[in-house]
Amino acid sequence: MTDLTASSVQPTDVVPARSRFPVHIAVFLAPALAIYTLFSIYPLIDTIRLSLYAGDETGLRSFVGLRNFQTLLTDPNWSSQFWNAFRNNLIFFAIHMVVQNGIGLGLAMLLSLPRLIGGSVYRTLIFLPTMLSVVIIGFIWQLMLNPLWGIAPSLLKAVGLGSLFGPWLGQESTALLTVSLISVWQFVGIPMMLIYAALLNIPDDLLDAATVDGAGPFSVFWFVRLPLILPTLGVVSILTFVANFNAFDLIYAIKGALAGPNFSTDILGTFFYRTFFGFQLQVGSPTMGAAVATAMLVIILVGVLIYLFGVQRRLQRHSF
Amino acid sequence: MTKLHSKAVLRRAGQLLASASVAAAALAFANAASAQTLTIESWRNDDADVWNTKIIPAFNKKHPDIKVQFKADPPTEYNAALNARLAGGTAGDLITCRPFDASLDLFKKGSLTSVNDVKGIENFSDVAKSAWSTDDGKTTFCMPMASVIHGFVYNKEIFDELKLTPPKTVAEFHAVLDKIKADGKYTPIAMGTADQWEAATMGFQNIGVNYWKGEEGRKALIEGKQKFTDPAYVDVFKELASWAPYMGDGYKSQKYPDTQNLFTLGRAAIYPAGSWDVPIFRKQADFEFDAFAPPVVKDGDKCYISDHTDIAIGINAKSKNVEAAKTFLSWVASPEFADIYANELPGFFPLSKAKVDVKDPVAAKFVGWRGTCESSIRNSYQILSRGTPNLENELWNVSAQVLNGSMKPEEAAKKAEDGLASWYEPHKK
Repeated sequence: MTDLTASSVQPTDVVPARSRFPVHIAVFLAPALAIYTLFSIYPLIDTIRLSLYAGDETGLRSFVGLRNFQTLLTDPNWSSQFWNAFRNNLIFFAIHMVVQNGIGLGLAMLLSLPRLIGGSVYRTLIFLPTMLSVVIIGFIWQLMLNPLWGIAPSLLKAVGLGSLFGPWLGQESTALLTVSLISVWQFVGIPMMLIYAALLNIPDDLLDAATVDGAGPFSVFWFVRLPLILPTLGVVSILTFVANFNAFDLIYAIKGALAGPNFSTDILGTFFYRTFFGFQLQVGSPTMGAAVATAMLVIILVGVLIYLFGVQRRLQRHSF
Repeated sequence: MTKLHSKAVLRRAGQLLASASVAAAALAFANAASAQTLTIESWRNDDADVWNTKIIPAFNKKHPDIKVQFKADPPTEYNAALNARLAGGTAGDLITCRPFDASLDLFKKGSLTSVNDVKGIENFSDVAKSAWSTDDGKTTFCMPMASVIHGFVYNKEIFDELKLTPPKTVAEFHAVLDKIKADGKYTPIAMGTADQWEAATMGFQNIGVNYWKGEEGRKALIEGKQKFTDPAYVDVFKELASWAPYMGDGYKSQKYPDTQNLFTLGRAAIYPAGSWDVPIFRKQADFEFDAFAPPVVKDGDKCYISDHTDIAIGINAKSKNVEAAKTFLSWVASPEFADIYANELPGFFPLSKAKVDVKDPVAAKFVGWRGTCESSIRNSYQILSRGTPNLENELWNVSAQVLNGSMKPEEAAKKAEDGLASWYEPHKK
């Protein structure tokens, strides 16, 4: 009652305040906007600008328009490497989508079993590798898979499967798969956690109702739980996509910047590194490197747009 | 009360801040006053200890007023890290120079200064300076420090046990390998292809000089008179391919440290080496080891060695301590430095004309080949690795593939030649 009278007493003060510029919005937006502009938007735009230049041997740069991109896509010396890296990156992504997110989903289902004992212990253990440094992951796995003193060959021999062992990280046919699986091992905790959280969000009533209606565990999963966690699966997919097409560190730690054998583990990140920073006798080219980085940006952008307009809009969100 | 109190706190904080900033300014000033600190950028992180405990103290005995700091990056990251620091203006005063184009590029961009006028440069021959001079040879921009020599290191105990003698020709080399393989206890050749450079450097360049006759072939390649598809080069790849059965289990994913360990643990008999391995083996191997030069093709052939100009030191053009840096470079050119370097880091052989006694017997053997064989440098380093695709990267790739058996010697030669011919005029014909 007092509030009402107070506002009715001074209506003249309130009206001009409403028409004023909403300063508080600007104030609240400013920190994020400033930081993003400085550390994200500006470097991005500057990279695109740099990709339109070419440097000569004295380091002077001149504007060349889209020539760097033309070289990248039409000169066989560049395009073969670029498309090779792109293809490898697609395989890298496909393995993550199928194996990492598949296992992540399975683990999340297991964790959400109502009668599971020690769930938080498993959760922590499975999530641990995600927090380890990539350098350590690369080192441990190289040691385990080492044909000379690794534990993998001796383990296989101990169960009589020694003939199955191969120098997986060194063969053209298996290197990319092996590196991808190491990365899957490291990051499987992230989809697991996200999906687990989504599963927990589903009210028990829905599951109980489905059970009462005669649905078995499979039907409950397929017709009740899966549709309800689809938005989360979408987010997981797009996170995987962006992370995979920006990946670099694990390959660099295990196979070096030349991503051997015969560039079979070369992905866009390592290709960019060689181009931008150079390698051994190859002198780095910041401008050509910027062109590769821009191409990566375009690839990621296209992927994200396809997701946003093709998938995300069709997803139904449910709130309980 | 609280207001008063907080005011007092504020005032005190202000005083503290003021005095702190005065102190900081004073410190900065003191730093600027004794600005004779030189920082060395290097990729030789393995040698940090020798620099800090031997080389720099020896320099300081003569020049106590100049402080020197040794700062090293891992070898594979050095070029990238250095370029970034040069661009950002935070690079050290002295820059350890890679041979040929990597450093030439820095000079052309104005990051390195000419050292033509630095005292001591006259102690080096034109060949020694060639890796750090402009194409016309007029300007030298780094003071040469050392070269590395390729050859084979072998486990003397295994050789004695199996009654083997170090081979002189390729045929003898294969006979030795066959005997070690037949015995079955040891891996004949310690080498892996996972790092790729081992295959190219310790394999292709190591034995290749005997096939393309050292400098003669290297120059002919630059002039376009020889091609990688010529029989001499294909033969090198063929010889490499024949090594595969003698290499360790899973050599395809064996990395350089694995290779070193395989040898120092006494599990492998022969190690295709760079002389820089000698000090590491000296520390880690508890057996006697020795070296033999790359085997010649036929008995009585002239022998050649890869005596590669590898390391030099130059001055950052933006350094504020150019005079002190020049003093340091002159000292690097002195016989005193050559002597310390050669004996503290046996396996890096000084390039200066001064006569140096190498005390390590195996390192001495390597450098002794300079007297009996012709020296040459790696054929991909001068001029030929300027274009895209980069010849050195290609050689790493194809050498590793030849050893892995995923590429035939003829295909490897063709790929290297095609890559070169795609941008290098003398090879386009």
